[in-house]
Amino acid sequence: MAEPLLQVDNLGKRFGGFVALDGINLSVTQGERLGLIGPNGSGKSTLVNCMCGTLQNETGSVRFDGHVVDGLAAHQRTHRGMARSFQLPRPFTTLSVAENLRVPLLYTANTRRGTHLSPAEITARCEELTGLVGLAAKADKLPRDLTQVEMRKLELARAMAAEPKLLIADEAMAGLSQSEVGDIVELLIKLNERGVTIILIEHIMRAVMSFSQRLVVLVSGKKIADGKPDDVVNNPEVIGAYLGQ
Amino acid sequence: MRSSLFFFLVATLVGALFFFGIRWVANDYLFFAGYTVLQFIVLATAWNILGGYCGYVNFGSAAFFAVGAYSSVALHKLAAGVDRYFPEALVGLAKIVLPLNIPTLIIFGGICSGLIGLGTGYLTLRLRGAFFAIATLALAVVLQTLIVNWDFVGGSRGAYIIRPQSVPIIGSYIQYLFLIMVVLSVLALTVARMIERSRLGYGFATIRDDELAAEACGVPTLRLKLIATTISGALMGMAGAPFPYYIGYLEPGSAFGLAYAVNSIAMPMIGGTTSWVGPLVGALLLGIIQQVATVTISSAVNLLIVGLLLVGFVIVAPKGIVGLVQDFMRARASDEGRPTWRSRLAIFANMRPGAR
Amino acid sequence: MQAELLINAIIAGLLLGGFYAAVTVGISISFGILDIVNIAHPAFIILGSYIAYICNQTFGVDPILTAIIALPAFYALGAAVYQVYYASFEKRGQDALRGLAFFFGLLFVTEVMLILVFGVDYRYVQAAYIEYTWHISFMDIPFRMLVPCVMGLLMVGLLQLFLSRTFTGRAIMAVSQDQLALQLMAADPIKVKRTAFAIAIATASIAGALLIVIQPVEPSVGREYIGRVFAICVLGGLQSLPGTVIAAMLLGVVESITATFYGPSWAPAVSFGFLLLTLAFRPAGLLGR
Repeated sequence: MAEPLLQVDNLGKRFGGFVALDGINLSVTQGERLGLIGPNGSGKSTLVNCMCGTLQNETGSVRFDGHVVDGLAAHQRTHRGMARSFQLPRPFTTLSVAENLRVPLLYTANTRRGTHLSPAEITARCEELTGLVGLAAKADKLPRDLTQVEMRKLELARAMAAEPKLLIADEAMAGLSQSEVGDIVELLIKLNERGVTIILIEHIMRAVMSFSQRLVVLVSGKKIADGKPDDVVNNPEVIGAYLGQ
Repeated sequence: MRSSLFFFLVATLVGALFFFGIRWVANDYLFFAGYTVLQFIVLATAWNILGGYCGYVNFGSAAFFAVGAYSSVALHKLAAGVDRYFPEALVGLAKIVLPLNIPTLIIFGGICSGLIGLGTGYLTLRLRGAFFAIATLALAVVLQTLIVNWDFVGGSRGAYIIRPQSVPIIGSYIQYLFLIMVVLSVLALTVARMIERSRLGYGFATIRDDELAAEACGVPTLRLKLIATTISGALMGMAGAPFPYYIGYLEPGSAFGLAYAVNSIAMPMIGGTTSWVGPLVGALLLGIIQQVATVTISSAVNLLIVGLLLVGFVIVAPKGIVGLVQDFMRARASDEGRPTWRSRLAIFANMRPGAR
Repeated sequence: MQAELLINAIIAGLLLGGFYAAVTVGISISFGILDIVNIAHPAFIILGSYIAYICNQTFGVDPILTAIIALPAFYALGAAVYQVYYASFEKRGQDALRGLAFFFGLLFVTEVMLILVFGVDYRYVQAAYIEYTWHISFMDIPFRMLVPCVMGLLMVGLLQLFLSRTFTGRAIMAVSQDQLALQLMAADPIKVKRTAFAIAIATASIAGALLIVIQPVEPSVGREYIGRVFAICVLGGLQSLPGTVIAAMLLGVVESITATFYGPSWAPAVSFGFLLLTLAFRPAGLLGR
């Protein structure tokens, strides 16, 4: 079997006395669509932050694409091909939509070995991305002129602009209507079909079930289930964790 | 690159016209006053590279300026006392190297201040913005204390610099200094404009907006901030290097004067912080007001004007004068829809459509 | 001889520290608790000094008494400044950059106004206790230092009681730590912040009077205190008043020893150097986690 794209071993993180992550093991293979769920405060966001380098893990290690990435800063992990979107969209507020996408193109896509994008190519890719997520008409607008769902799309498009091997989408659908959720799921599947591995962290079960090929459940910083979505949601321990709280 | 070169040439031409214009009026006072205004253009532009582009407020501009000025004093003293400070074997060599001309002093001052900027960056850049601002205040006082206690450059008594009466070709020394400041201003503006249009400029803007998101996009925020503190510090030092020759007598109180710190913040804030035009407009406006006010009223009143304008502008017009003009132009442009001299001006001034 | 000098320096430092605590407590509230970078605080302190000076010169009133009478005025001034700050920056979600520039401008305007009105001459006050010094064998305890120290510590102690025991005080602490708790207490965060900021400015009245008791004052003296107060505030762990007192004492002693053994011209560098090092290596403060 080929080496997994992402391999998390015995990952641990504490905040003061609070154990946020307690020995997490997780592996993700190339091309997979993984769903990650868990109640509030179960450590999902901390796990994302530790994988992406926003926080540094205390124990264990993260291997990505054949290399240990522990201790690397967030931007270095992005350069290696790991991109994320944020739970609350964090656009660059003084830059237009197109310029927001330009940033990862200039700083990540353009710095990979053997790539040099001309200004024209960068503009072309910006247009392609705004087209892909349906923001072409708003390319010159500032983020504050966008609706909630457009903001989410910008967030995803910006992560995509880094041309990642692995995309980690942190609650990309919170606060959206049912049809908007459908749009985003469709978009994510479209991206996956282009060969991007995706981890989706989500509360909305319908979205997770329709998206994921595999489902992982975190509770109180521990992984309690990992398997096919249908098996996982029928797992008594998972049901207990969700209903019992 | 080509556009930057073009910009540099145009700006130099404007500077030269300015110079010959004043020379034609043949009034040395205008050169003295003009020098101060130009010096503020450099300081405001330098401040804006860190403060406006990256969003890191530097309250210690005076310190960087003073480091430049005192590096010149130190070299001047060294040159004056070659026999005392050098071993005999090196005296001959030192005598050839040391009587430095102003351009060399400027480069040296820029290097000193740039290094201080880099050091400040290393010490403080993991901190939130407010802490950075406070740290720069602290830095200014620490440096001032060091200078006050450093007798070699005059300590608290200050140091006299005897400037030559005239220089070849140009004639009067103040005209020479003025010309040097013209070149420095053009250089500073060109650097600022180049940064804005480059990858670096986008990186700086992302730091200003959201550092976490910038990192996630692959922007090496720490390195970029170090670049910004270094460039900004170096330009301020370069503005300070000729200052002892201008003023003739340098003491810590004048080199570290609060007026520098306030003006270099107030000018970009009043002009507008998102493009190189803002500091230029702010420096010209405030610089000229102050020159006039100093002559006609008093120097305390002109500082009061600056302070009040700063407070007024950050409350009422947070985008500065450039922001106000942009809003006006956008309103006009949407009426007409074809390129006008205004939109051409906007393109020249590198006002990106989204920039506010 | 050296030991006696050292002991006297430590005593002077501790006395100075009590006064520094009074100067810093306003910053601990506005910056530490409310996260408002009020670098204009020292300017308000100098304003307090000048008010004490005027009343002392014209009516012969005790400076500290003047400060207590002036408290409501300073409270009102603080509330007004917060209202402007809130309307122009906090509400609009404007970046911290402009808020900083606002306070910097305020600092500057206040200083220049004082210069225009009073000039740059040093001003001082007269009170019976200022001349008096207590000698215990070789130790000197000047009342000029002792009174400000005691008054300063008293003020910080009262504020600590206020913050930990009263409803409003707890609401103020909650503003920084726990917005949810604040909502459960049914307190309006803006009102709470305004009250807290107004209290912070009110402390400047007392601190200003204490300052002019200790030393003659001219308008630019305030700037020396910017680094000092932030150094103490950060060292003390930002929002803890006991931490502020300990840090103030520490800085007072270090400064006093430096001035005694190396000369007063090095003293300013001590506090600012302290600040730089703290910021670089221990941003959570000495007592921080």
